[in-house]
Order: sequence, then C-alpha cells, then structure tokens
Amino acid sequence: MSFNYLSTIIFLPVAGAIIIALVPRLSSRQIKYIAALFTLIPLAISLGLFAAFDRSAAMAGQMQFEEFASWIPLINANYHLGVDGLSLPLVVLMSLLGFLAVLLSWKMNLRVREYFAWLLLLETSILGVFTSLDLLLFFIFWEIEIIPMYFLISIWGAGRKEYSAMKYVLYTLFGGALMLAGILSLYFTTGSLNMVEIAQTDLAPLVTSIPLAAIFFLLLAGFAVKLPIIPLHTWLPDAHTDAPTAVSVILAGTLIKMGGYAMIRISIGIFPQAAQDYAPLLLGLAAVNVVYGAAVTLKQTDIKRLIAYSSISHMGFVLLGIFALGEASLVGAGLQMFSHGIITGLLFAVAGIVMHNTGERDISKLGGLARQMPAIAVIFTIAGLGAMGVPTTSGFIAEVTIFLGAFASNVVSGVQIYTIISLLGILLAAAYTLWLLQRVFFGPVLEKFNQVRDADNLEKIYCAIFIALIFLVGLYPMILTDVFRTGIAPIAALFGG
Amino acid sequence: MSLGLEHYLVLSAALFSIGLYGALTKRSAVVILMSIELMLNAANIALVAFSRYIVPALLTGQVFTIFSIVVAAAEATVGLAIIMAIYRSRETIDTTKIDLMKW
Amino acid sequence: METVIPNELVWLIFLLPILSFAVIALFVRPFLNNPRLSGYISISAIFGSFILSTWVLISLLSAPGHELVIPDFNWLVIDSAINIHLGLMIDSLTAVMLIVVTLVSLMVQLYSQGYMKGDPGYHRYYALLSLFTASMLGLVMVDNLLLMFVFWEMVGLCSYLLIGFWFHRPAAANAAKKAFIVTRIGDFGFLGAILLLLSQTGTLDIAQLHSLALAGVLTGTVLTWAAIGIFLGAIGKSAQFPLHVWLPDAMEGPTPVSALIHAATMVAAGVFLVARMFPLFEHSEVALLTVAIIGGLTAIFAATMGLVMTDIKRVLAYSTISQLGYMMLGLGVGGIAIGIFHLFNHAFFKALLFLGAGSVSHATGTFDMRQMGGLRKVMPWTYATFLIASLSIAGIWPLAGFWSKDEILASSINNQPILFYLAMVTVFMTAFYMFRVVFLTFGGQYRGGSPANHSPRPHESPSVMITPMVVLAVLAVGSGWFNVTGGFSRFLEPSETHVFQGFFGILAHPLPWVSLILAGAGILLAYAIYSARWLSAERIGRLFEPFYVVFSNKYWFDELYENIIARIVLLKGLFAGIKLFDSRFIDRGINAFFIENLVVRRFFSGLKSFDNRGIDGAVNGVADTTVATGRVLRIAQTGQLQLYGMFIILGILAISLALIFFS
Repeated sequence: MSFNYLSTIIFLPVAGAIIIALVPRLSSRQIKYIAALFTLIPLAISLGLFAAFDRSAAMAGQMQFEEFASWIPLINANYHLGVDGLSLPLVVLMSLLGFLAVLLSWKMNLRVREYFAWLLLLETSILGVFTSLDLLLFFIFWEIEIIPMYFLISIWGAGRKEYSAMKYVLYTLFGGALMLAGILSLYFTTGSLNMVEIAQTDLAPLVTSIPLAAIFFLLLAGFAVKLPIIPLHTWLPDAHTDAPTAVSVILAGTLIKMGGYAMIRISIGIFPQAAQDYAPLLLGLAAVNVVYGAAVTLKQTDIKRLIAYSSISHMGFVLLGIFALGEASLVGAGLQMFSHGIITGLLFAVAGIVMHNTGERDISKLGGLARQMPAIAVIFTIAGLGAMGVPTTSGFIAEVTIFLGAFASNVVSGVQIYTIISLLGILLAAAYTLWLLQRVFFGPVLEKFNQVRDADNLEKIYCAIFIALIFLVGLYPMILTDVFRTGIAPIAALFGG
Repeated sequence: MSLGLEHYLVLSAALFSIGLYGALTKRSAVVILMSIELMLNAANIALVAFSRYIVPALLTGQVFTIFSIVVAAAEATVGLAIIMAIYRSRETIDTTKIDLMKW
Repeated sequence: METVIPNELVWLIFLLPILSFAVIALFVRPFLNNPRLSGYISISAIFGSFILSTWVLISLLSAPGHELVIPDFNWLVIDSAINIHLGLMIDSLTAVMLIVVTLVSLMVQLYSQGYMKGDPGYHRYYALLSLFTASMLGLVMVDNLLLMFVFWEMVGLCSYLLIGFWFHRPAAANAAKKAFIVTRIGDFGFLGAILLLLSQTGTLDIAQLHSLALAGVLTGTVLTWAAIGIFLGAIGKSAQFPLHVWLPDAMEGPTPVSALIHAATMVAAGVFLVARMFPLFEHSEVALLTVAIIGGLTAIFAATMGLVMTDIKRVLAYSTISQLGYMMLGLGVGGIAIGIFHLFNHAFFKALLFLGAGSVSHATGTFDMRQMGGLRKVMPWTYATFLIASLSIAGIWPLAGFWSKDEILASSINNQPILFYLAMVTVFMTAFYMFRVVFLTFGGQYRGGSPANHSPRPHESPSVMITPMVVLAVLAVGSGWFNVTGGFSRFLEPSETHVFQGFFGILAHPLPWVSLILAGAGILLAYAIYSARWLSAERIGRLFEPFYVVFSNKYWFDELYENIIARIVLLKGLFAGIKLFDSRFIDRGINAFFIENLVVRRFFSGLKSFDNRGIDGAVNGVADTTVATGRVLRIAQTGQLQLYGMFIILGILAISLALIFFS
C-alpha cells in the first residue's frame, strides 16, 4: 500500500474546510471554488477506487485499500480504514453528493464562509463512517456529523429550524448513547475494536456480562434512529423539511444510509444469531415502515415534507432487504440505499429549485408549472418515476431485487408475507408521486407564476448528472451489484444463503 | 461519706446546664450574659476538681481557672458595654428584637 | 427473402424506435427544433421495424417449430436465485404481435402528422410514440418474465405520459394518474406472481416455465396462484372488470394515441401475457375458468355501458373493453390461437374506428355525437372506412371480425354454455352501439359541431390522415382471411386439429347464421331508432329508464373507487388516521414523552438552554441552581443567636449519644 487513498478522500474536505475558515479575506466566489475543488478531488479518487476495485469472487469479504496505524494502544484502538464491496458504493455516493451539494449551494449568500466549512466537515464525517473499520473511530465519525448538521439546519434552514435542529441532535445523541454502550459491551466482551476481527469471532462462547441480544439491540437502537425505523422516525421529516436544500440532499442521500450500512456491517455481520432470531420483528417493522410511511406521505401538503416521508417508506424496503437475510435481498438493500440516494437527492434538489424560484412550498398553492418551467418539470418527473420504481430507473432494479431476494430467501420463515405487504408500498408510491406531479406541474397554468424562471445551466448540469446515474444503474445494474456482492456474499454466507 | 470527684463534676454539670438553659431561653441580654458567666464558672469548678483529684502535686487546673476568671471578667465588661450601646440606640435589650444583621 | 433474419437485425426491431426516441429527445428537440423532422425520424424508425418484423415472420414460417433462438447476455446476476438474462424469445406469437404493433404504429404515426399538426408538443408526441412502440416491441419479444414486467411498466408509463399529453387540462392529468394507478393495482398481482414463480422454480425464463408446467413440476396451488397473479396483471392492463375504469377516462389523450395504445396494442398486452404464459393456465383449471368468466362478463358488462354513451370515443373505449373481454373468453375456452386471432383482427378495425373518430373530431371540433350528424356527404372517405370497420366489429361475413368472433363463439358453446349466451347477447349489443355511432355521426343533418370550432363547415381530413385509414380498412376487411383455412391457427399452435370450413363452407353451419342474425338485428334496431326514426330514442330511454341510469352512470364504479374507497375510506379515513396517529401519538406522544421529556428535560436540560442562549444558558443554569438551593436553606437562617446555639447543643448531644452508643 503506497498511497493512503482513503485518508485522502476523507480528509481533503476537512482540509478545505480549514482553509475556508482560516484564510482571511476570501471572497464568497473563491470560497465556493475552493469547496468545489476540495470535493471534486475526493470524487475523482473515489471513482478511481471504484474502477480499480477488485470484483473477483476471491476477494469476497476482503477489505481493500486498507490503512492501519496504531492510535491508542492502551485500549487497542487503531486508526483503521478500508472499503469492501458494501461500503465502496456508499463512499462513491457520498463523495458525489458532497460535490453536488457544493454546486447546489452555489446561490448561497448567507454567511458563506461558515456554511461551506460546515458542509465540508459534514462530508468528512460521513465518509469516515463508511470507511472506518475500528469501532471507536466509527463512533467518533458517527457523532462528529451531528455538529455541522446542527449548525447547518439551525442557521441556514427554514421554518422551525431551531426546533428541527435540536430534535435531530437529541434523537441522534439518544441513539448514539445506546450505541456507545453497545460498542463498549462489545469491546469488553472481545477485547477488540476491530470490526473485521470481531465479525470473524464467534461471540457465543465468550462470557458476557449482558446477553448478546442486548448488545445487538443497543447497537441497533443507534442505527434505527438514523435509518429511521418507526417509531423513531419523527426527527426525519422535521430535519429534512427545514434543512437547506443541499443539506437535505446529503441528509436523505447518504446520512440515513449510515443506519442501513451499519445494520449490515455490524448488526448482521457481527450478530448473525441474534439477527436471525429477531428478524421477524424487524421484518414486521419494515412492512410497517413501508406502508405507514407511504400512508402518511399521501397526506402531506409540503413538497419537502412529502419527499421526506417517502424516504421513510423507501427505507422500509432497505430494512426488508436487510433482515430477509438472503444474499440477493441484501444486495437489493445496498442497491436501494444507493438508488434512493440519487433519486431522493434529485427530488430534494429539484424541489429546492421549485421552492426557490416560486417562493412557495405548499403543494395546494402550486400548479400548472410544466408550462412555465418545462425543464424542471421533466427533471421532476424523471425523479418521481425513479421514486415510484418505474423500470429503467435504478429505483425499479433496487426494489425488485429486494422483493425477489426477500421472497426467495429461506432464512426467515414468513418473510413472504412481509414482502407481499411491502409490495403495497410501490402502489402507494405511485399514488403520492403522481399526485405530487399532477398538483405541482399539471393542470391549468397559474398567472401568478408567469415570471417564474426555469432551471439555469448549472442546475441543469447537476440534475443531468443525477439523471444519468439513475438510468445507468437502472439499465445496467451489474455495475453496482457486482461490487455489492463481493462485500455481501460473506455476510450472507453466515446464514447459509 | 467523703466528697469525691464525682460530686464536684455533678455540681459543675448542673451549673453548666442551668447556665446553658438560661443562655438559650432568656430574652434579656444581661441575663444571657449572667448565664454565660455561670457556664464559665461551672467549667472552672470542673478544672479545679480535676486538678485536685488527678494531679494533686501540680497546680495546673488552678492556674487555668485564674486565667479563665480574668478572661471572663474582661468578656463581661465588653459584653455589658455592647449591651449598653445597643440599649442606647434601640432602647431594648431583648435579643429577639436585635436582628439588624439578619438578611 | 429466403435467408433467415440475422440476430442483430432482430435486436434492431426494438432498438430502432429507441434510437428514434433518443435522437428526438436529446438532439432534435433541444438543438434543431424542427417538428417535421421529429415526425420523419420516428416514422422511418418504425417503418424499419415493420420491414424487419415482416422478415422475422417470413423466417419463422420456415423455421423449425416456428421459433428462432437468439443468444442472450447477462443483465442482473446476483446469486443462483436471481439470474436474469437479457434475451429474446421469437416464436409465432411474437411474430404476430410484432406485425400488429409495427403496422398499427406506423399507420398511427403517419396519421398523426395531420392530426397533431401545429401542436406545441409535436416533438414530445413523436418521442413518446417511439418510446411506446419500442417498449411494446420489447414486451412481446423478451424471453423472461422480469424483463417483460420492465416493458410492461414502460408501456404503462408511456400511456401515462400520452394520456396526460395535454397536461394543462385537469381532466387529462387526472385520467393519466388514474390509468397508471389502476393498472398498477393489477401489476401488484403480476409482480407477486413473479416473486412466487422465482422462489418456487428458481427461474423466470418463459420457455423454462413452460416446460416446468408441461412436465407437471410446476403444479397445484402454486401454479394456480401464479396464474391468477399473472391474470391480475392482465386484468389491469387490458381493462377487464373490475379494473376497467381507467380506459374510458384515458380517452382524454390525443385520439391517435387512443388508437395505438388504448385500442390496438397496449391494452392487448394483457391478452398477450395470458397467451404467452398459456401453458401455466392450461394446467390450472381454476385459472383458465377465471380467465373465461372474467372475459365473458367484461364483454357484456362493457357493452351495456357502450349503449348509452354520447361521446364517440367513450363508446369506442367501452367497445374495446368488451372486445378485450371476448379475447379473454377466447383464450379461456379455446386457446392461444383463438384469442390472439381476435386480437389480431381487432387491432386493425378498432384502430381504424379510432382514427375515424379522430378524423370526425378534426372536422367538427368535438367528440360529442349529439353535435355531429350528416358527415357522410362531406367526409366520404372517413365514412366509408368507418362503416367497414363497424361492419367488421359487428361480425358481418366476410369481414375480419366475423371470422375470429365465430371461432370464439364456436368454442364457447361446447365449453361454457352460459358464457356463450352472454357472448351472443353481446354480439347484438355490439352491432347496435356501433351503428348507433354510425347513424348519429354520419347520418341525418349536421348539428353544428362544437360551438368553439373555428371552421363552421366540416371538411374531409387531409390525405395524410386518410391514407392510413384506407390501409387499415383493407385489413379490417381481409385480416380475417388468414385463418379461413386455419393457416393462422396452425402457425400459432402447430398441434391444432380443428377443422376449418373455408370461405363459403362456414355458411353451411347454423351457428354463424345465428350470430349474423343477431348482429343484423342490432344494426336494424339502430337504424330504426337513429336513422329512420321509426322509434323514438326518448321513449325507449324512458321505457328502460332504470337500465339507462345504471349504464350511463357506469354502474357507479367510478364513484365507488374514487369517492368512496380512495377519497373517503383511504385518504380521509385510514391515511388521515395514520397521519394523525403519527403526529399526535408518535411525534407528540411516545417520542415527546420518552425522548423529549425524559432525555431532554432531565438529562439534557443544560443542553436545552444551549438551544436558546448558548453557553449563557449553562452558566445561568448553575446560578439558578444555587439560588434555588439558597431559597430552601435560608429558612434555617433566622438570625436568632439562641436558636443557633440550640442547634449547636443539639448537634453536640447527637454526637455524644452516637459516641456513647456506637463506640
């Protein structure tokens, strides 16, 4: 290992943040260019890693591009980074959304210096979560993310921003506290903080002060807040709705994926037995997430809130895929995380443009915009089609892989029933997405929006990037499934799948 | 029946208790001062009695007692002077009413 | 052309329209903005596909087992369970569908040049027609169920976008949404069947599923449920009862779109699907019976509503539903060849009827038949072709509709007598409502057209619209002749043993005469009421008023679905309840109590002040705590020296006692 690619990816954004924060007399234009540069380079490197990643079956379960340095020898904590097929696509997703978030914020002119510094720090912390292989490091990155998020929502947000920011912090801290308890119990049980090492250890014979299932649930609580699983979800609509557009994109795009990622890597990878024992409970919650989330979505009147609730429904599919415990369903869960990242990212981005240009976010007061902003209408429609899982978009592939994988998985009995219930989700998704499209873009043209501007070139460019990705994954899913498989195959093998 | 140490100590304790009672319950500052004198003298009796019965060859207790009497006299003088001053300004020496220092 | 078509060219059938879509959407529209060019590109592409499809058909006629084997490649391979290859299944069924789709699409696109002339969405229109055609071709060609589902959804999407083509009209936007959601209810079953089949057999390859069903491996309840699930998809797509409600509303789209999508091709996809998976249905009596019953019921049910509509396109829409029911009935009682033969014929005459309706509305500016009339003289070509198509759909010998309808009736009389009688009544109704349209539209005097119409005098449509109609009229007459001696049936089902009587021979049997007489009676009644006026329409309306009310209100299905189920039960009831539960109970209740009260108020109270005043809050918190403590302790500070003394004494006493007792 000659060059520390992963450290470079992780710490370039924070380096950019330091430059932006400390170098005096930067114009806001310069700040934006610095931010773009310091997110573009990690994106380029992560794409390079994606291309260089060894997809062969022999590498299944092996970490690649590993970095290791002793950190706190006293407690056996190390600075240990690495990616496998599970985390690499998420790293690519985050570095992409990080870059796009800078472009999305190009029109930001309130306290520019602080804003971009926090945004870059946020990117670093999320990238850190996806690449850390040491539990302590993982936890630190996990918690650091709260700080920029708090300021980004409470200063640059809208509506009840302070309330939402506080609520977000409290929920995350609450989950984080339980998670820390879980990590400590795990550490005192095994004496190690190395995720890879722990995953290869059979925990059952080790004497534990508290039952393994308790540790499993402590950790799961932290992840469940992030994903989120009902009833721990109410921070999400508030935070998504009140956050500035770029932050909503990151929040929906990658931040909640931390929960799904950690569930696969830790909850299932380390506690296969507990996961299998409690899978029916979690599958039930998944079905509830899907249907309940979609039902609440149907009643929303605020564009961003509607998209936020649809995320809850879509994350139900992820949960279903994860706890069906089959290889295909897990791959589907991974795909869905990626796909939801770009689709909902695009939805938030374009909803942000609509809100910015019309000054209106109440769906019932919008209408007929397809004539006045045709480009936005096309983009929004494509994103909506992705959200309701229309074929050729990544949303379809992801959802259908989850369904096929879950239905055919024979690890958990009764999984078929939960799958069939979750199928209702795509029906409801069609209902709320089409309703949203119809109310906002179709119908009679409204006079009051005659002066409204369509998307400008920059907006068209970043939307085009999102759209290209949605179709790329939708038409040629193997580009991702091959990578996910190398990471997920060893985990699925724990269940004989 | 000869007098022993116990008898002197009982006398001392009785005197001390009477003095203590007076100091805690009486309202007149002068009576409180007198009661405090009583308690001091109870201590003096105890000192002399211990000295006489425990170390008869030495006069340690008696010397302490003389010191104590001197200090008590000085104390009574200062105390009476303060009481006189309070009486002059407030026309009372009822301690429950002297509460200027209270918050 | 003796040579068999090369594999690459087979792929091209599907890729040409895709290419046309991409070129129009990504290049012509943004950079050239030349509407006519978009039309020409799309038409050339579909013409190419049509030529290639013909070549496929010719190749298949001589191919062993009427099948071509096209090598496939990996598309989605996850583990041994999910192994989806992108491959084509080219057999006789595919070949027939290819011809139908490319030919009708070609005709409709030619016609649209006139119909859509000057529409601001001209590019979008042709781009979507290309995309739709490509998806439909993909649907009939792919070799596995998952990919078929992909194209199945794609045609649904194109249908959505084309119904809502004039999206600024609320009715169009609503109809588009309704069509998509209602068909998706059916797709729910289709997807369920896919899941079931994959988990039970490990494959979604259609040929493999066929052989599993034929070998009796795939059997019992699994087979039945899978077949019913697939049929549910077909019910949605083919607008069968009870998911028929979307098709009449879909008439809000441009009329050529209705001709292509909602008459000839997409709605027939459900019939095609059942035919494609027919071995599964064949081995499940329940499933096959379901297909026959739903088909037969839909046929008569839709026809009754067609009797009373005043909008020409809606009559045609109900007629389509009814004819699709016939096809299902044909599949259920007769088999692939019979159902598909009717599909084949129906595609041409129904597309022609829609194009005729489009031509009429082009002239009058309305679809309301009450404002038409007398168009026979001014629109002779439209009238002639429309009349041919009406005779064909009514089943008059020797036109196309007669041949396929007769086969359906002949096979149902043996298998399902009740359904046979229903079908016979439907024959009468079909003839009646079609000729009601003919007489109202073309007969009598012109009643003025739409008040908003720009040209007061109706005129014949331009030749670019008439030519495709003439081509289709030729087919509406002659497409049935392919099976006069059973050629079509043997092509689709090589094992076919049915005896065909021939062109005139068929008239030697009683059954065709019965249906001919019924159809004739229908035409005569329509003539009596709407042309000769021997009978008053109003009086008959009053006579059958209860029926009229039920039919014209479409049996209140729209009210039931939209107002009662969707709006009241789901949106106002269930979903509103869940939302209330979410905001009141979960957000303010459980979460507020456990997390906000316990965690926030107790443990993070310092943090909460942080929320308002930053660090100040924490400092004030310390001060406040001190003050509060002082307030309590102050009570003890009386300033009474004697009280303090007493406490001292009590303290000493306590200590002394403690020493005495515990040392």
